[in-house]
Amino acid sequence: MWWLIQGALALVLAGSLSAAAGDGEWLRKVPSKGRARTNPYATDPDAPAAGAKIFAEHCASCHGEGAEGKPDKKHPRPNLHSDRLKQATPGELFWLLTNGSQKNGMPSWSKLPDAQRWQLITFLKSLQ
Amino acid sequence: MRLGCNYIIVSTYRYIMRSVFLLLALALALPLHAQENYFVTYSHELEEPGNLEIEAKSVTGAPKDGNAFVATALEFEYGVKTWWTSELYLDGQITAGESTVFTGFRWENRVRPLLSEHWINPILYFEFEDINAADKALLEVVGHDGRTDFLARSDRSEKKREVEFKLILSSNFRGWNVSENFIAEKNLAGGPWEFGYALGASRPLALAASAKPCTFCRENFALGAEMYGGLGDRHSFGLRDTSHYLGPVVTFDTPKGPSLRFSPNFGLNGNSNGFLFRFMISYEIEQFLSKLKK
Repeated sequence: MWWLIQGALALVLAGSLSAAAGDGEWLRKVPSKGRARTNPYATDPDAPAAGAKIFAEHCASCHGEGAEGKPDKKHPRPNLHSDRLKQATPGELFWLLTNGSQKNGMPSWSKLPDAQRWQLITFLKSLQ
Repeated sequence: MRLGCNYIIVSTYRYIMRSVFLLLALALALPLHAQENYFVTYSHELEEPGNLEIEAKSVTGAPKDGNAFVATALEFEYGVKTWWTSELYLDGQITAGESTVFTGFRWENRVRPLLSEHWINPILYFEFEDINAADKALLEVVGHDGRTDFLARSDRSEKKREVEFKLILSSNFRGWNVSENFIAEKNLAGGPWEFGYALGASRPLALAASAKPCTFCRENFALGAEMYGGLGDRHSFGLRDTSHYLGPVVTFDTPKGPSLRFSPNFGLNGNSNGFLFRFMISYEIEQFLSKLKK
């Protein structure tokens, strides 16, 4: 039985180390190909409303109803009206939504289809 | 005999209706939504950190030469970290003409070793289960599990303290999720390692969200299929004397509400139950601990 407990602890430790290795500004991790991606929904008139719906469903519980962010001891939930987001390219935001910033508590949203992630980005850009 | 059968049907119906009513009441009281698109197969999707998902996963069947049953696994799934999800299951079942019994618990953990998204995303899964032979939740099929396991299984004297490991491989591609699970299970009291598999593929009916709020819009529905079965054990690895199931899976995520999922499963060989019907209702309570603190 002891070897099982040891195995389980090793897995958890491995996960912790992976998380630590993932530390750093997410922007620096975005590959240039990803950075240059354009948003196919940037000019879609319905995308901001669709993105707002997705935001309310999946993002508002952490980032706040108005995307103003929330304080948190471990992982402060960022204000999405920030300069960093204003300056980020759609490709960079798409990369962030796809991969998350796991060390900072932001999960991957790859479960949302590409189209919905782009709609969400159109909404986030409309906040600026 | 007929009176006894009617009594069981009424009891089963009441049990299901009571569970559904309680879960619906919970759904109306809390802003919730759920995820995942399969019954047996796991994808690489983990619970968001701080969220608690409550899920009632049921399977019903009427095995040949046996009594009809409904087995439910009540699941509490908590996102500990972005890369770690922990779950507790409480299992129970009702068998017509036999009994209504609590059959044990399971504690499982899923860990994501690679944090960014890849073409294939591995997840490591480990579980300890303390169940008895009356358990019919059928959360996986391993070894030489088969149709006969459903017969005369309301005997709780046989304890099964088992460990289970899964390698979950999963990919998201153009709206599709494709997942493959490889299972290894061992009874701590003895017996060989047993193996199994589960495969699933699913896709939402619409990839883009509609601009207007809607309940029955296509993006809230996902269609897919899953297949699972045993692969024998360490001494007799392979498909011989194993059981396998295949079925479509329909998921309906109500916006800010519960998720419902249905799946008719068809046995693929003589060792399998001919037909099983799976149904599930689940809710996700966002930022559960923060809400408790308030």
